[in-house]
Amino acid sequence: MSQHAIKAVRSPIQRRNRIKLNLWCWAFVSLTLIFYLLFQGYPILCSIYYSLFNWSGMTSNMAYVGLENYRSLLNDSVFWGAFKNSFRYMIMVVPLEVVISLFFAYLLNDEKLKLRTAYRVSLFVPVVVTASIVGIVMVFIWSSNGIINYAMKSMNLIDKNINWLGNAKYAMQTVVYVSVWKDMGTYMIYWLAALQSVPTDVIEAASVDGATRSRTFFSVVVPIIAPTAGIILILCTINSLKAFDLIQTLTGGGPFYATDVIATFVYRTAFTSDMGLPRFGYASAAATMFGIVVIIIGAVLNALKGKLQDLQ
Amino acid sequence: MEATQTRKIKKNPRLPRPGRIVINAVLLVCSLIWIYPIVWTIISSFKPQADFFKEQLTLLPGSVTLENYARVWSKANFAVYFLNSVIVTVFSVLLVLIMTNMAGYVLGRYKFVGRGLLMAIFLSSICIPLVSTLIPVYQIVKGMGLLGTRLGLILSGAGGAHVVFLLLFSSYYSTVPNELEEAAKIDGCGFMRTFVSVMVPLSSPISTTVIIMESLWTWNAFQLPLILTLNNPTARTLAVGLYAFKGENTVDWTGICAGGAIAMVPIIVVFIAFQKFFINGMAGAVKG
Repeated sequence: MSQHAIKAVRSPIQRRNRIKLNLWCWAFVSLTLIFYLLFQGYPILCSIYYSLFNWSGMTSNMAYVGLENYRSLLNDSVFWGAFKNSFRYMIMVVPLEVVISLFFAYLLNDEKLKLRTAYRVSLFVPVVVTASIVGIVMVFIWSSNGIINYAMKSMNLIDKNINWLGNAKYAMQTVVYVSVWKDMGTYMIYWLAALQSVPTDVIEAASVDGATRSRTFFSVVVPIIAPTAGIILILCTINSLKAFDLIQTLTGGGPFYATDVIATFVYRTAFTSDMGLPRFGYASAAATMFGIVVIIIGAVLNALKGKLQDLQ
Repeated sequence: MEATQTRKIKKNPRLPRPGRIVINAVLLVCSLIWIYPIVWTIISSFKPQADFFKEQLTLLPGSVTLENYARVWSKANFAVYFLNSVIVTVFSVLLVLIMTNMAGYVLGRYKFVGRGLLMAIFLSSICIPLVSTLIPVYQIVKGMGLLGTRLGLILSGAGGAHVVFLLLFSSYYSTVPNELEEAAKIDGCGFMRTFVSVMVPLSSPISTTVIIMESLWTWNAFQLPLILTLNNPTARTLAVGLYAFKGENTVDWTGICAGGAIAMVPIIVVFIAFQKFFINGMAGAVKG
């Protein structure tokens, strides 16, 4: 009876406090929420809406065409080329980046290594410099006059200068090399964080048992860092599909669309007059289709990672 | 981490000498390859324009000149680009710092109604490629009348959910002991006062990380600033300005290198000075 009374007395105050607290919390997240909705949440829906119109973006003249843009995209060989290249780029970049960064991280995860910090800074510096500027500089470095041709020639690896970025045969792989060079440091830091979570006594025990360095790595270290490896793989995959800055400044998608990915395709279609009048509606359809594919890939990879962790 | 380090030094079996030499050699060669393009850019920016094609590969220039810098700084608008980059970076970073600190605080400390949903929405934004929001963002900024202005770059640059920063702040705040808040409450501090005078000062290590990471990202941003300043070259940042410069001066490589150095050197200096914060922030992103 008295308990009830207490509850009855306390609950309105409690409830008022609770409501007040909730209001404070929402007020505190509101700024982030507004910026998220305005520049990411709403635009993604908007993109779907625009994709249903024939619209240059220059005027307010929008004609509703339904799924017509999507239908023409399916028959647009330039779009399919860009779509395929996005994934070709991903398939080449992800394994190279993940393996090379793990290699360096493993070598650097040794406290006795002199110059450890110097190596780490050098390998990481490309990550912090502006991608668009690196892309422009790399145009020269990989040009016929650049150091790459000079070095390869003096090592007798090639006998004629190769126009790495200007030749459709080599352009994609060159873009991939530059990307791996640029972003490798990011994943190296991720791997170092993972490797530092491996308890040293476990490694110690393995080496007492007579395991070699590589044996220890594959049978002891790899299983421990596997969960972080999943996150690294997902991040690397998603980031590779987002690539724009380097590709636009290195090749602009050329030569002959050999390095054209969806990001460069959308930019060219919507914001330049390289292919006639800008086409906002059409470019939005391409951006939407690609966005949906990337989101699905992200979700599938995430689910796979969850499954694998459950199994362990 | 200190503890593991000392343990490692004691217990890790020493590598045999040849092994260590090989590892050092590999790392040395790779490190040099990795920094070569950056060093080359900076050195080439001091070479006289006329000598460039004669000695394009040498890292020790025959003669040194500042003429390239003078040329791009005044004639090619780089003074304006530099100022724009600084202004856009400073204000975007401030905005992002304030909003993620506030949001991270309540997400990390309170189980309020809708918290789970918000977290899920923010987290899922990682997968949205910028290209899919580019055209609408252009339209929104245009609708605000901010196309080709610094304010447009600042606001759109601060857009998005900043998931990494939210996670950094919320996981940090969730470890702060409750006693601090209760003490503040007894002293008569309300929700806002407690946050501003107790929590914000506590979070300064995370704030530093956020400031440094967001500065780098904003300074280096290219895709959005490119489309938002198509109509107005005087609002361009360095990242976009050099791209336009290259489009007009395809053979002025010493000028391009000088412009590139103006963009790269400040960010490299900041990185080297604060690398601990930067690397911890990035590592925290995977662990969180």
